[in-house]
Amino acid sequence: MEQTLNGIQTGSVYALVALGYSMVYGIILLLNFAHGDIIMVGAYTAWFFMTNLGQSPIVAVVAAVIACTLLGITIEKVAYTPLRKAPRLSLLITAIGISFLLQNLAQLIFGAGAKPVPKIVEVKSLNLGSVSVSGNAILTIVVSVISMLLLTILIKKSKMGKAMRAVSEDTEAAQLMGISLNKTISFTFAVGSALAGIGSVLYCAAYPQASPTMGGMLGLKAFVAAVLGGIGSVPGAVIGGFAIGLAEAWASALGLSVWKDAVVFAILILVLVIKPTGLLGRNLQEKV
Amino acid sequence: MKKTAKKLPMWLRYLINTVLFVALLLSSTAFINSGSVSPYHTKVIILCGINMILALALNLATGYLGQLPLGHAGFMALGAYSSAIFMRYITAMPGVSASAIFPLGVLLGGVIAAFIGFLIGIPALRLKGDYLAIITLGFGEIIRVVLLNIDDVLGFKFTYGAASLKNIPKTTNFFNTFLCVSLTAYIIHTVMKSRHGRAILAIRDNEIAAEACGINTVYYKTFGFTLSAFFTGVAGALYAGYLGVISPGAFGFMKSIEILVTVVLGGMGSMLGSIISATVLTALPEVLRAFSQYRMIAYSLLLIIVMIFKPSGLMGNYDFSLSTLLGKLGGRTGKSAVPEKEGEDNE
Repeated sequence: MEQTLNGIQTGSVYALVALGYSMVYGIILLLNFAHGDIIMVGAYTAWFFMTNLGQSPIVAVVAAVIACTLLGITIEKVAYTPLRKAPRLSLLITAIGISFLLQNLAQLIFGAGAKPVPKIVEVKSLNLGSVSVSGNAILTIVVSVISMLLLTILIKKSKMGKAMRAVSEDTEAAQLMGISLNKTISFTFAVGSALAGIGSVLYCAAYPQASPTMGGMLGLKAFVAAVLGGIGSVPGAVIGGFAIGLAEAWASALGLSVWKDAVVFAILILVLVIKPTGLLGRNLQEKV
Repeated sequence: MKKTAKKLPMWLRYLINTVLFVALLLSSTAFINSGSVSPYHTKVIILCGINMILALALNLATGYLGQLPLGHAGFMALGAYSSAIFMRYITAMPGVSASAIFPLGVLLGGVIAAFIGFLIGIPALRLKGDYLAIITLGFGEIIRVVLLNIDDVLGFKFTYGAASLKNIPKTTNFFNTFLCVSLTAYIIHTVMKSRHGRAILAIRDNEIAAEACGINTVYYKTFGFTLSAFFTGVAGALYAGYLGVISPGAFGFMKSIEILVTVVLGGMGSMLGSIISATVLTALPEVLRAFSQYRMIAYSLLLIIVMIFKPSGLMGNYDFSLSTLLGKLGGRTGKSAVPEKEGEDNE
């Protein structure tokens, strides 16, 4: 039970990050390898605002989300826009380049060691009968569920969300209908990065430190989650995130904690072999 | 081949290439061993060679076959571990010379990597594009985790897990690295010029059309992938003999990315591009060692800038051919394919 709750907690962070991957993939078919490192920047921002500037946690959280959003838009404008017509692999390599750059810049500025992030919020743990539930877990789950609901409303109801769906359906037709491609793509990056910012703060609540390479494994797991659910699909990313989080937690509960990465990837392989486009992926029929 | 395009008889071409290759191999080995190259530089050159094999192998899968595997570090780890364990056991026996048995170890590394590559390829190659990338990444990570933790399951020391496998005979030298690079380039080149190679290129250009033309796409995709895994295993075996100490951490997901970066930066489908970019990307961090703080930043900036300004990679899909070069020099226009030993770019 406790492990299940832990699983849901990490799972919701994975789901938030996976949403960013999935949205970006849905719109420009790019596996945004730099996404994990945006989380790292968010964590450092939160640390910097609380430790060095002595700001309150609320300010730090807002600052982290804003920093991530701005960074996401900047990366998109500087590195990805010039390559819109280039082969997809070049775009992928650029994303890897950005990821290296962010990691190494962070290492240069803050040093290679991990920085302890102070407690963002103090929530008392709840006692439900025999099990005690940590406040952080509840907070993480509540915040991520709210963010996901907001995202769903944004995509389903708002004008910008409609534009996003249209672009991912058919880029050229969307342009002909008067949708601004640049604006829509930038907006997608902004939303994805903001979610990564929220994810970074929640991740820090669970593992209170920031290090230059923290984005690596977290990003990879979230990426796996996005693919597991069917990349490009928003509910898929959420399901994938929770599935990965739970699988990890249960593997640890069974005493297989050193094997948990292998378990995650084995599940992924199994799902992909049975259903090659992930759980909720669209199966595009190839036309000759 | 048309008769008019044939300027030199085939046997003469093979002879010229063999003579050039042997001369280059012997002269450069003599040059390295003469002491005019410092041990440090020799090590960097050997590392360049190993990275060249890795890049050539991945280029076969990415540039020619058109797939995007991200698990090649796993094959490299398999090659490194199988050859290292074999070498450790075999040299423990009396009267066995490590350098004499090393070719067998390298071959074993390649064969085991190829076998696992074959097993992985069957399910993985059913997928396309990014799904293929992520499933191979998954297999690569599983290989790494297994190597890390297998000792607990077996109950005895086999791979030594995170403590790293030590005391591997250091048998990799300039001579056998050069030989392996040349053989890799030669074999990949000849395969690509054969009907099998044309089938592989057809799959890259349009899989459905290739299938409609009667090419057994499953067979050729598995074949290309297995061959690629084989050479990656060979590179891994050389790497184990080069360092003498290996640990699973060195073969993580970042290593696969590193190889992919080399291939794309050089230009997909260009063997010359792979060789040049492997050399540059290996040598660059060493050259920039004086600015060690900034070197990784310079490396990543280089990557981004090259991709923004030359998205097809440094060489595009241009490839080096001795006969085309000679033809241009001699004012001839005949363009023909000659089996080329690309290892000549080794320095």
